[in-house]
Amino acid sequence: MATFLGINLFGLFGQLLVGLINGSFYALLSLGLAIIFGLLKIINFAQGAMYMLGAFFAWMALHYMGINYWAALIVVPLAVGFIGVMMERYLLRPIANEDHLYSLLLTFGIALILQGAFTHMFGSSGMSYAIPEELKGGNRLPFMYLPNYRAWIIVASLIVCAGTWYMIEKTKLGAYLRAGTENPSMMQAFGINVPLIVTLTFGFGVGLAGFAGVMAAPVYSVSPDMGSNMLIVVFAIVVIGGMGSIGGAILTGLGMGVVEGLTKYFYPEASTTVIFAVMVIVLLTKPAGLFGKEA
Amino acid sequence: MSTVGDEKLRISDLHAFYGESHILHGIDMTVMQGELVTLLGRNGAGRSTTLRSIMNMVGKRTGSININGRETIDMPAHKIAHLGMGFCPEERAIFSSLNVEENLMLPPAVRSDGMSVEEIYEMFPNLYERRMSQGTRLSGGEQQMLALARILRTGANILLLDEITEGLAPVIVKTLGEVLLKLKERGLTILLVEQNFRFAAPIADRHYVMEHGHIVEEVHAHELEAKAEMLNTYLGV
Ligand SMILES: Nc1ncnc2c1ncn2[C@@H]1O[C@H](COP(=O)(O)OP(=O)(O)OP(=O)(O)O)[C@@H](O)[C@H]1O
Ligand SMILES: [Mg+2]
Repeated sequence: MATFLGINLFGLFGQLLVGLINGSFYALLSLGLAIIFGLLKIINFAQGAMYMLGAFFAWMALHYMGINYWAALIVVPLAVGFIGVMMERYLLRPIANEDHLYSLLLTFGIALILQGAFTHMFGSSGMSYAIPEELKGGNRLPFMYLPNYRAWIIVASLIVCAGTWYMIEKTKLGAYLRAGTENPSMMQAFGINVPLIVTLTFGFGVGLAGFAGVMAAPVYSVSPDMGSNMLIVVFAIVVIGGMGSIGGAILTGLGMGVVEGLTKYFYPEASTTVIFAVMVIVLLTKPAGLFGKEA
Repeated sequence: MSTVGDEKLRISDLHAFYGESHILHGIDMTVMQGELVTLLGRNGAGRSTTLRSIMNMVGKRTGSININGRETIDMPAHKIAHLGMGFCPEERAIFSSLNVEENLMLPPAVRSDGMSVEEIYEMFPNLYERRMSQGTRLSGGEQQMLALARILRTGANILLLDEITEGLAPVIVKTLGEVLLKLKERGLTILLVEQNFRFAAPIADRHYVMEHGHIVEEVHAHELEAKAEMLNTYLGV
């Protein structure tokens, strides 16, 4: 067995890989949350449920309609995004001028309803979704075996995150989004249809969760509680990274996945709590989060 | 055509509210094509609220606001700019998440004959030098120029300018006065809220004086001397 200074490199790299995979999902989900929070100033508690929907839609598309993984990767995020658009337009917008607590509770309620409905329909044991043919197998690297699908998760998530970052930070559309986040009424005065941008942004943020759900279907069990389990960790990550920053959400997501993976190797007992420990330390030392702007 | 067409902005019996507070109590005013009209008044008279009402940025408004012959009282805020309206708010509203050039390019064009970026940089050389700086890193005067420049680029031909000289050094105030005269030569219509009467008097065609949400006087440029006494009492200058 390959060891270095007493460290089992196979074990270490294995956990590092698991950390990167989890980190990819954390990044996608916290990115969606950050985009939505930026413009709507609400924390979308239904983000986990949308991730769960993404996984279930992928499963249902395959088993009921014969839509394969690759098609699902496009269609499902659009479908989940469309649900987000409807949700913003008809549920969130009517209460947009009330205290944000109402919208927060609303998204929480939606999450519970969706989770309950899917538990009712599919039970809670979870279902499996086969890895697509093209991505079966893997490669032997010096210190680890890298399954193709896992490599694909990391690469695809990074591409989607980087693309989203680029769109928001570097394009005209992104300038509208950033400016709308800062001063929506001035954007209206410039002739920009801010309510429409808000709706589409919510749809996009939720669509990212749907995308993460499709990606997750072949590696995690497709089950009604997959979203709520994930969301608790993602909230901690959002607190660590700070709500303000798109790049920060991505980096913190990936970083915390890796931290979690390393902890699993060096001190497994702490692996489920390490992120919360980091959260506490960050809250005590930098309350706005690592990338957040102090108010 | 020309009689009605000359009227760019006609406001009648405008009332405006922020929540429960009733701020404007039946404003009537008209601005003609190519005119530079000021709204004078003490702090809190309701001048900014008048401009914000025109842009539909207040809580509630009633009455009539006609822009270029179109009734806009029921129009959503984001459609108003597209009637050729450019708004430069009191707080300038430069975006800190955008650099100078992004701020400049941000508002979409509302008409086709806006100033080109080259023309704008020629008019405001400071903005060109600082085009890559974060918007809110500019000095107060530069931010004001940016707030003005970005609506000139959109082709807006009716400008609502709120206290553009506030807190600026005399040389910059002078530059802004020259810019306004140039804009007037180009045929733009301007409604200017000003505290600085010495700045407004030589360039304006007409003045409205506001108090407590009412228009209490209308003064033409040629009547300024005759009505100086009255203006002094209203404005406390
Ligand atoms: N957002 C708001 N909510 C409630 N009241 C407001 C709001 N904005 C302004 N007011 C009130 O409306 C009145 C008119 O304010 P406005 O800003 O129009 O004054 P102004 O003439 O522009 O004076 P100045 O800019 O010098 O303060 C003031 O009494 C002000 O307190
Ligand atoms: Mg004012």
